[in-house]
Amino acid sequence: MELLVSLGIGLMTAVGVYLMLRRRTFPVVLGLAMLSYAVNTFIFASGRLISGAPPVLMKDVTTYTDPLPQALVLTAIVISFGMTAVVVLLSLGAFLSAETDAIDIEKPDAREGAAAADRAG
Amino acid sequence: MMSHWIVAPIILPALVGSFVLLTLRHDLLLQRVAGLAGTAGLVFLALVLWAGTAGGAIESYELGSWPAPFGIVLVADRLAALMVLLTAVLGLMVLAYVTASGWDGRGRHFHALYQFQLMGLMGAMLTGDIFNLFVFFEILLIASYGLMIHAGGRMRLRAGVQYVVVNLAGSTLFLFALGAIYGIFGTLNMADMAVRVGQLPEGDIALLRVSAALLVLVFLLKGGLVPLHFWMPNTYALAPAPVAALFAIMTKVGAYSVIRVYTLVFPPEAAGTGTMVADILMPFALVTLALGALGVLAGGTLGRVTAFSALASMGTLFAAVAGFDPEAIAAALYYLIHSTLAGAALFLVVDQVRARRGTSALVPRAPMAGTGLVASAYFAAAIAVAGMPPLSGFMGKLMVLDALRDHGAWVWVWSVVLVGSLVIVVGFARAGSVLFWKAHDGATPAAAPAEPVDRPDPAATSGWAMAALALPLVGVLALTAFAGPVHGQMRAIAAQLGDRAAYVAAVLGPEAGAGLATLTPDEDQ
Repeated sequence: MELLVSLGIGLMTAVGVYLMLRRRTFPVVLGLAMLSYAVNTFIFASGRLISGAPPVLMKDVTTYTDPLPQALVLTAIVISFGMTAVVVLLSLGAFLSAETDAIDIEKPDAREGAAAADRAG
Repeated sequence: MMSHWIVAPIILPALVGSFVLLTLRHDLLLQRVAGLAGTAGLVFLALVLWAGTAGGAIESYELGSWPAPFGIVLVADRLAALMVLLTAVLGLMVLAYVTASGWDGRGRHFHALYQFQLMGLMGAMLTGDIFNLFVFFEILLIASYGLMIHAGGRMRLRAGVQYVVVNLAGSTLFLFALGAIYGIFGTLNMADMAVRVGQLPEGDIALLRVSAALLVLVFLLKGGLVPLHFWMPNTYALAPAPVAALFAIMTKVGAYSVIRVYTLVFPPEAAGTGTMVADILMPFALVTLALGALGVLAGGTLGRVTAFSALASMGTLFAAVAGFDPEAIAAALYYLIHSTLAGAALFLVVDQVRARRGTSALVPRAPMAGTGLVASAYFAAAIAVAGMPPLSGFMGKLMVLDALRDHGAWVWVWSVVLVGSLVIVVGFARAGSVLFWKAHDGATPAAAPAEPVDRPDPAATSGWAMAALALPLVGVLALTAFAGPVHGQMRAIAAQLGDRAAYVAAVLGPEAGAGLATLTPDEDQ
């Protein structure tokens, strides 16, 4: 189980990093979502992997799984959910106003270009 | 006695922010009153905390009365009180400027976002729980996303996407670090971590070093240290200038977190990590300083020049932090206060230049209205930021250089700081002469078509705005005049940071503190 979980986390992280390095907003957002799945699983595993054990006190049970990572994951999920919504809306706004979904901001090569950028900002 | 005061700086902006959002959405005047009153109240609360910790007491507040280390604690010590006070004062200054210049009317929900931003900042500085630090980071970030794109605009939205993406990646990294830390320590309470770091089994040392490195990466990303600085110049140059002035404190949150976590949990004398973090920090801090100085020279617009000077100041700050002895930390803290106020003042000057000239690009234009006043403010702020005598930037750099005199790499530190300062002075002088002098050149056709100012708000250049701009400059002056007493306070803070056992005792009880003291006997108490 350890091997399976760690391979899964590694794969999701790799995919997330690859997508995040793309130059358009859509794959980058997907990459960030992928990374947040990876990290959620990672946090879940940080309390050690125990299957079939309850997280809260019960009668006649001696093996428990750590409940704290589950609470942490819950927090992390909520936050990453909200952040994904923000980044989606922001990319949409940038796409609609700039008519491009490129992440890079083209370099203003002349001083006048810089002036234009500054005015727009 | 003062326990309930500790949570008040977080509660107050949360309440004011929600109140503004829910009931005052349509009335800008009432929003302003509520925002200013709330922030003034925050300054008062910060003063109460400052007074309460001035005697050297460390107080912890257990949220919901759950005992530490199981519940979340807030801890008020001298460092936290200083940061809270600095944030509240800067917040009030910037908000006064925003109100006077009419920036808050150019988009929606400015005051609510501003309060939530302050709430996140206060929480990050007061919390004694590292997962809670993550949560407050997210609160201040999500509010900063809104503030960064306030008033909209094509370039600003695109820079906003970059800013958000970089910070989301940083947050993910933070979570990875926290997962690893919980896996090793089995706790997220910083005082508890400080106790356990000396008791870890041999096999966990490698993991410990990895998580310490991951964590410092996150803080350096917030602090804008090379090579994690890419978000910083664009964000600062393209955000509304008053928001950039508030963001002057955001990078300092990264510096604060490094100081807090790496003096408490992973101090240089801890066996597992040793001086690893200090060794990483120093070279990158110097590269940051050099790069920032070059950027000041090559900025192209005053906005970018100022953004790069903020980068350079983070380099100086982190170089001092990397010293990690009480003298260096004291110098770093003095420089932190100075660079926050001076950087904010310079960003407000940028806003005036943009409002009066239509652009802050460093190309000759027809003279702007009220050049003399803006030029004087620029002159003062630039001297302070560059670190020339007689203002506090000079004293700050002097303290940093003096504190790092015995550092192994002192030759590098001294040369980079001094040459960097020279380059920054040249860059600022060049920018200033283009903006304020060449405008009067006969060579410049005075009849050059006046650019349409894209913000025709007359309030932007009003006397009130100039008065609010003067506030951070007055702060810089005060910091210069009272450099001696302030530095004395900073030394007291640094000495308290060196006494880990006192912090642990305040959070976990006297036994745990005494246990820590015996575990690391070589530590100077």
